[in-house]
Amino acid sequence: MDFLSRLVGHKKSAGSAKERLQLVLIHDRTDLTPSALDAMKDELIEVISRYVEIDPTAVSINIAKDGRSQRLVADIPMRNTNRRRVK
Amino acid sequence: MTASVVTVTSGKGGVGKTTSVANIAVGLASQGQRVVCIDGDIGLRNLDVVLGLENRIVYDLVDVVEGRCRLRQAMIRDKRLPELYLIPAAQTRDKSAVSPSDMVHLCDELRQECDWILIDSPAGIERGFRNSIAAADKVLVMTNPEVSAVRDADRVIGILDAEEKGPASLIINRIKPAMVKRGDMLSVEDVLDLLAIQLIGIVPEDENVIVASNRGTPMAFDDKSRAGQAFQNIAKRLLGEEVPFLDVENQGFFQRIFSGRK
Repeated sequence: MDFLSRLVGHKKSAGSAKERLQLVLIHDRTDLTPSALDAMKDELIEVISRYVEIDPTAVSINIAKDGRSQRLVADIPMRNTNRRRVK
Repeated sequence: MTASVVTVTSGKGGVGKTTSVANIAVGLASQGQRVVCIDGDIGLRNLDVVLGLENRIVYDLVDVVEGRCRLRQAMIRDKRLPELYLIPAAQTRDKSAVSPSDMVHLCDELRQECDWILIDSPAGIERGFRNSIAAADKVLVMTNPEVSAVRDADRVIGILDAEEKGPASLIINRIKPAMVKRGDMLSVEDVLDLLAIQLIGIVPEDENVIVASNRGTPMAFDDKSRAGQAFQNIAKRLLGEEVPFLDVENQGFFQRIFSGRK
């Protein structure tokens, strides 16, 4: 059974444990749920769009780990307005 | 003499706190240090049986705090080593019988009398845990390579940081090299990567732990077992010695044979 499950490429359980813990620990440490993160992302897009033109579908906001602390990392590609053809 | 107060805690129960306090205490005392262990688990005491001192209890921690005896009267001397003492917990009371400031006062009094005060914290993050860390100069967080133990350790490390008792050091206990090797157990590196604190000990799973507690003779008395060696190494690291970590994940065939018997 063990041999067979390895042959068909079942994932090793230590890998799942680590992945699951990475997510759980971030939420335990920051008290920020995935849905709160989504809500924040929507509001950020709204605010930034008041000033610059961005592509809302390309915006990503993630929590990155830095030792025992977390940081919010936002990647917000801007649309290039001055390349528009004049006339 | 001014003792350092070291507390061993974990969040989750059953990860090996009591075993580790008993063995680190024996390790320190066998290096010529004067050591006092305090069982912080009021109502569920066990450090006395693990150390094999259960028949010699007259007074306990709560008797000291409530003034029924002097501190010295509650210190049971372990006759196997020159300078190892236990202050047992009360068994018929609960955690609220002692406050964090009681622990601070008690440790302040004890500091003059020894080199090390080791406190065995109860599981959880409530009163007993708060009592146990109140006087700590250094906290050792213990975990097993297993999801719930790692998660609880992370929570405790966070609380210790917030209480300015950090940075804590980590002991990873009960590693099964064969399971790590086949990818079915978190490795030392995985746990360190997740918890991101300094490592002070790695201890392999060892049947001798049960044999030792059956007898009331901690493994560190005789360092032929791998777990006993690992705890002796933690004691040496507390004393500032640089001791390489056991390579538990790649132990050889011969080591496996010889560590299996005592």
